Amino acid sequence: MSGEIVAVVKKECPTCTLVEPVLRQIAETRGLVVWTQDDPAFPSGLPDVRHDDDLERSYRLNVITVPTLFRLEGGREVARAEGWHRGEWQELAGLERLGDGLPDSRPGCGALNVGPGMVERLALRFGDVALKARTIEVSEWDDPIEIAYDRGWSDGLPVVPPTDLRIARMLAGTTRKPHEVVGLIPPNLNECTVEKAAINAVMAGCRPEYFPVVLSAIEAALLPAFSMHGLLCTLNSAGPLVIVNGPVAKRIGMNWQGNALGQGNRANATIGRALQLVIRNVGGGRPQEIDRSVMGNPGKYTFCFAEDETDPEWTPLSVARGHAPGVSTVTLFHAEGPSGFSDQKSRTPEELTRSLAMGLWRVTHPKAPVGISGGAVLVLSPDHYSIYQAAGWGREKIEDALFEAMLRPASEVARGVGGAPTGADPALGDTPIGKLPRENFLLVRAGGRGGLNSSIIGGWTGQRNPKEVTVVSKEIGE
Amino acid sequence: MIRNEPYMMRDPTAETMAASRERIPPPADLSAATIGLLSISKERSHEFLDRVEQKLAERGLKVLRFAKPTHTKPAPEKVLQDIVERCDVVVEGLAD
Repeated sequence: MSGEIVAVVKKECPTCTLVEPVLRQIAETRGLVVWTQDDPAFPSGLPDVRHDDDLERSYRLNVITVPTLFRLEGGREVARAEGWHRGEWQELAGLERLGDGLPDSRPGCGALNVGPGMVERLALRFGDVALKARTIEVSEWDDPIEIAYDRGWSDGLPVVPPTDLRIARMLAGTTRKPHEVVGLIPPNLNECTVEKAAINAVMAGCRPEYFPVVLSAIEAALLPAFSMHGLLCTLNSAGPLVIVNGPVAKRIGMNWQGNALGQGNRANATIGRALQLVIRNVGGGRPQEIDRSVMGNPGKYTFCFAEDETDPEWTPLSVARGHAPGVSTVTLFHAEGPSGFSDQKSRTPEELTRSLAMGLWRVTHPKAPVGISGGAVLVLSPDHYSIYQAAGWGREKIEDALFEAMLRPASEVARGVGGAPTGADPALGDTPIGKLPRENFLLVRAGGRGGLNSSIIGGWTGQRNPKEVTVVSKEIGE
Repeated sequence: MIRNEPYMMRDPTAETMAASRERIPPPADLSAATIGLLSISKERSHEFLDRVEQKLAERGLKVLRFAKPTHTKPAPEKVLQDIVERCDVVVEGLAD
């Protein structure tokens, strides 16, 4: 049989030491090159043992397991056998009676070149990941975190320094190519490549497996219906909120339970932050510059959580918005800060609905009706949801009942009523008037057990006209 | 102080250093100028610009009106181009 036979081994692997006599047998019969990953003296007694100390050979051969036996023709792989398997080795080497006395097969061990973090390290060293962003050198006297502050890259909190290795690892979280353009980021409409998104995701503290969620959140923010430019430069306090649905939330360890809207979960904290850092650094959107927000809100550092989908009876937000069940999505909402809603007394769905409707009326201004008011996200806690669940109320019924309960005679909230000039047109008299634009209302389940506390997140006043500004959803890619 | 190894980071920005540009000096005399009034289409910005137009017209100045379709999005290229082609100065009306 033609071709060169090559084995890759490491001494630390018991299967490699087991097959040491087989390697000798092949070397004596038809010639063998052995690349050893760890001990240059292993295996012993062979004519051609080479030490792959920088793991380049293993990387080039894409070794996953040791031992791996290759047959190469003209330097190209034509066959490989992983671990020890007598039949496969005999066929590959074109020899018989290999390893008499050994078991028929034995699985191999993980190769050093695919150890944690090694793939990206080797890809960078051997030139398969070529980053295009310009390099910023930090001198030996400087602290990279301080340099990031000095250069204006930070939202005020420390950022993780974006080194090549960290960026390469982030890029490994997606199948998309580094130089692919994700979109034009407002306000300056600068091109954001996957690589630039990865740099900002590194700085935000993301793990690579969060990166597809970050990319989808950026793409969703750029949908014209969302109007990210307007949200950035508004005088209002809103910023983008990312709500995650589907299996990805569990896979990457997001929090939809206790303190879902608060601190303490890495995925929740860093995905929202990555989106904001992209807008800041790539788009050039900075407070007191193009970001004209009078007040801002703490959610502009980061605002992201997942929906509680643990109740199979509940229709997830993504499904209600037209996505298939089991598909992971991001939904973006123009969010002010969350505001607690406590109701310890309601026991029936009707009582709770009326009570929540009162709570929702405080969005934007307590007398701002539909047409003036922004939308809202109602984050329904498990204990409040239990009241609906016990009565067999699902998403649609709750939403319809809330919109019915929010209707009130326009005269109650007319301009001048209560001495406050904001309000509905007095000419409407007692005509029923609603509160929220339905397109910009989201009902989401999240939160921990043990308290009858939900949360209301007010929407940007720009949402008052849903023809111009609406909530958007997008499926998460890979 | 402990010296670090030299350290390389990658730039997270769009790498578009703002080229510093000189402002065009304001015209010495508006009598021959065409003045564009751009409404951002926020509530009452028309009202504000109506008043500006009235004041300018009283002084015998030539005024053209423009509007963005919505204040929530940037002005379309066509509107900007129109202003550049037809006006010498522009007043952008915000209002609230």
